Amino acid sequence: MLVDWNQILVALGETITMVSVSLLFAAIIGLPLGILLVVTRKGHLWENIAVFNVLNAIVNTFRSVPFIILMVAVIPFTRLIVGTSIGTAAAIVPMVLFSGPYMARLIENSLLEVDPGVMEAAQAMGATPRQIIIRFLIPEALSSLLLGLTIATIGLVGASAMAGAIGGGGLGDLAITYGYQRFDTVVMIITVAILVVMVQGLQSAGNSLSRKVRRR
Amino acid sequence: MITFEQVTKIYQSAEQEVRALDEVDLHIEQGEIYGVIGFSGAGKSSLVRCANLLERPTSGKVIVNGQNLLSLSPKDLREAKRHIGMIFQHFNLLNSKTAFTNVAMPLLLMGKSKKEVEQRVYELLDFVGLRDKADNYPDQLSGGQKQRVGIARALATQPSVLLCDEATSALDPQTTESILKLLKKINREYNITILMITHEMGVIREVCDKVAVLDQGSIIESGSVFEVFAQPRTEIAHDFVSTVMHDEIPESVHQLIQSQQSTNQIFRIVFVGDSAGTPLLSQIAKRFDVEVNVLFGSITELQGTPFGNLIVKFDGEPKEINRVIMQINQHEVTVEEVLGNVS
Repeated sequence: MLVDWNQILVALGETITMVSVSLLFAAIIGLPLGILLVVTRKGHLWENIAVFNVLNAIVNTFRSVPFIILMVAVIPFTRLIVGTSIGTAAAIVPMVLFSGPYMARLIENSLLEVDPGVMEAAQAMGATPRQIIIRFLIPEALSSLLLGLTIATIGLVGASAMAGAIGGGGLGDLAITYGYQRFDTVVMIITVAILVVMVQGLQSAGNSLSRKVRRR
Repeated sequence: MITFEQVTKIYQSAEQEVRALDEVDLHIEQGEIYGVIGFSGAGKSSLVRCANLLERPTSGKVIVNGQNLLSLSPKDLREAKRHIGMIFQHFNLLNSKTAFTNVAMPLLLMGKSKKEVEQRVYELLDFVGLRDKADNYPDQLSGGQKQRVGIARALATQPSVLLCDEATSALDPQTTESILKLLKKINREYNITILMITHEMGVIREVCDKVAVLDQGSIIESGSVFEVFAQPRTEIAHDFVSTVMHDEIPESVHQLIQSQQSTNQIFRIVFVGDSAGTPLLSQIAKRFDVEVNVLFGSITELQGTPFGNLIVKFDGEPKEINRVIMQINQHEVTVEEVLGNVS
């Protein structure tokens, strides 16, 4: 049995593209959303219960739809944005929609861990709400934020593999079309092994980065 | 410098409202160290947090540096806060930043130039004795060092007022003493008015000029530390004073007195200032026909003045004892009978 390494490399490249591009856009959505989920809650910087409730409901809705269904459900939207519903670019749209709200939750959790006393000190020294978020809240939560980012990235690796189901390309696609549908066990094992190594690598990278900024 | 006028703070929850502060009036002069003492739940924390509007009073006025903080716009209030430093029980430092950056933070928020920031931060770290710890993170510092960083940070913007929220309550006694010395130095050298809240009477005795006793949201007693220590008027004040003055007769001594069958009377004699130096008791023993027995005594220093507290037993004829009391009353001491006649 011959293994087409070139094919595997191409698939790996596609996976990396899908994960990194969706990660970027998910962060662009998730970071402000996560911050808003913290600062609009009761007793916080920009307390606004209505905004909080709406955002909270939106995040919960997206988080409750299984990814495979979300992928199919947003096909019209995907087509609107990238012009097609098949391929790597098309897979990125549902991945962003899946990961953005997830990331918002992770970011919210990290920010809520920040000692309220630090915020109090910030207010006592006359910091503006913006300064409090940028100079106090985020730096204090950074270590935890990086761990959350790692979890979100690994979630995206998993999602990218599932994106193979709608012809999204990448390692998942390879595993399904060759390994599963054509009984090419070797290709399947190789792709799964690559995914395992990838997840391991991401997790240790995330851990060490987080430890580095924690300074303890 | 700091004036509270009819300040009331009510916490409203679903089932009940809690009056944390009830029409508090308080006036603190420029350059004073003012202590507010009370049990937990008395409203101390609310009081100090109202002084820079970390908590907004439900009603009343908070006037600092001549401005009623409650009437200021958010922008003006932030500006006003730069003149009000604050330190906290748990220091509230940024754990992700070095001591240097923590101290620099208020200046960075103001957009000061790098050079200005650096100069001021090193000056402050020198002042609190932590220049060599500039690059250390809070986790690498002891509690006392963290509080010093907190103090340096609070002083960065050259405030005229420093608020201390249980600043020494998380520290051991020796560290507490060194932090209190530092606060006193700040008060002296920069003429900064200090408002501190604490539940430790020792802290009040150590540094404060004036003290107010807070109970259930109201100030039940206030005055110079000397007055309150010498003659607490309320029971709570008396309880706080006795935590550091130990003016109660120990139980064992008490039993000893009661077991003795004789006509004797027990008095508390409070010596203040110069009178603490007069050999009053030995004079009495020589001049009158009474036996003098010191049951308990303590001497302490308040505001640099000796303050003595003696519990003595005079054994003798009631008439003679009366003459003794009259003699004592001619001195600058207060004397009062305690426990009645124990014979």
